[in-house]
Amino acid sequence: MRALLFLPFLLLPLLSAQAEEPTITLRPGPALATISTHCSGCHSLDYVQMNAPFLSADGWKAEVAKMRAAFGAQFDDEDAAAITAYLASNYGAS
Amino acid sequence: MQRRSLLVGTGAAFASGITDVFAQNPLAATNPGLSDGTRAEAVMDSLPGKSPLIKLSYRPPNYESPVSAFTTPLTQREDFFVRYHLSQIPDRAALADWSLTIGGDAAGKTIKLSLADLKALPQQEIAAVCQCSGNRRGLSSPHVAGVQWGVGAMGCALWRGPRLRDVLALAGIQPQAVEIAFHGTDHGVLEATPQFAKSIPIPRAMDDNTLIALAMNDEEMPVWNGFPARLVVPGWTGTYWMKHISNLDIRTQKLDNFWMKAAYRVPTGMFPGSDFPTQDNATNRPITDILINSLATSHDDNATVRSSGFTLSGMAWDNGSGIARVDVWLSSGETWSVAMIGIEESRFAFRPWSIQLAASPGPFTVRIRATANSGTVQPEKPIFNPDGYHHNAIQTLRLTAI
Repeated sequence: MRALLFLPFLLLPLLSAQAEEPTITLRPGPALATISTHCSGCHSLDYVQMNAPFLSADGWKAEVAKMRAAFGAQFDDEDAAAITAYLASNYGAS
Repeated sequence: MQRRSLLVGTGAAFASGITDVFAQNPLAATNPGLSDGTRAEAVMDSLPGKSPLIKLSYRPPNYESPVSAFTTPLTQREDFFVRYHLSQIPDRAALADWSLTIGGDAAGKTIKLSLADLKALPQQEIAAVCQCSGNRRGLSSPHVAGVQWGVGAMGCALWRGPRLRDVLALAGIQPQAVEIAFHGTDHGVLEATPQFAKSIPIPRAMDDNTLIALAMNDEEMPVWNGFPARLVVPGWTGTYWMKHISNLDIRTQKLDNFWMKAAYRVPTGMFPGSDFPTQDNATNRPITDILINSLATSHDDNATVRSSGFTLSGMAWDNGSGIARVDVWLSSGETWSVAMIGIEESRFAFRPWSIQLAASPGPFTVRIRATANSGTVQPEKPIFNPDGYHHNAIQTLRLTAI
């Protein structure tokens, strides 16, 4: 029984041993296509859940703004608002 | 609740034996206080050439070391944490024609050095802790945005290479120089993404201990830790320890970029740390020196011990003033006892400590408090700051004696 309990931890490294990034599925929402276009090209989407669920709507807004101002993300105000709303409602502080 | 979210995150679906599973996740076991989302994303994963580390993000790779990596004064290269801001990281083949360019408006001339040129300079060696500024950010209360590190975004290694000042001297430093800025060969996906670039003040660049390290623990620098050359700034946090360093810019003006003026800053007056005159202001200032800190490495939180007696041990470190003492508080006796401290590899290195303890059967807590030669002591609680830096609060472990 003990060996069985440890099994998941033995399997995990094998599934991604070559630093191949597993597909990270975010919660469904209308902004997912926008996120796929503008976010996941530069970073894996585990950043989203890692930073959840504690950021306020303003906190997510600041993160999205930082991606444009500091990292050169190429999306417009409309997309920024859609991404922010999605993150705040799916991964924001309740 | 925390255990439930862990089970979801690791894909384990066993209804029984939850405690066993919990104890096997190195991040969760030693980091009560992480967010549920962080617990769900943190999994053991191996980058090529690395041991399984705790993955926080795949791309760019941000992987911390499990506490088991810190049971020895020097952290193994394979176990050493990995931290990148941008995802385009050169592999070893791409670095075959690597060179280091030294120039700037306060340089005597612009020169380009090969790896062989650097190896031909006098080599200096020092053991030093490299600790991410945001180590333990995930434990910040309230949580703040960023990579949600537990306790393992650090390591201590033996670094060897030429002194930075000897390298700079080959180009010549004019008297009006105020900073040395630098960047590496890693970069972002978009052309619009600025490179990660940092600077240090001239006195730090001239310091005996500031190196361009070519070797780590007597072997080649791993790619994930900066092959073929990384800056080593003993006593200062990892943000200045530039990996794959390819450009040194000797400047008459401060570096005025996001990484200096917006990121890696702490409120002025909140923490001790070396001055950085060109970058300090009345509101905030760059994070500089590592603060006094310690970590138990013999036991995880919620571990079981023998009531007849057990040895608690771990590491303590600071910015190079050195460790004066480590005290351990036992809740059952409500007293602080002095731990034995071992020999450190250098004043910048991990200093081992240990103490024999005994406790009556049942739950109890221990607290570990290190004091530096500078007189600074770990605080009771982490000092909150907006970006979650400098978490060095006294560690509390909940143990059960049987």
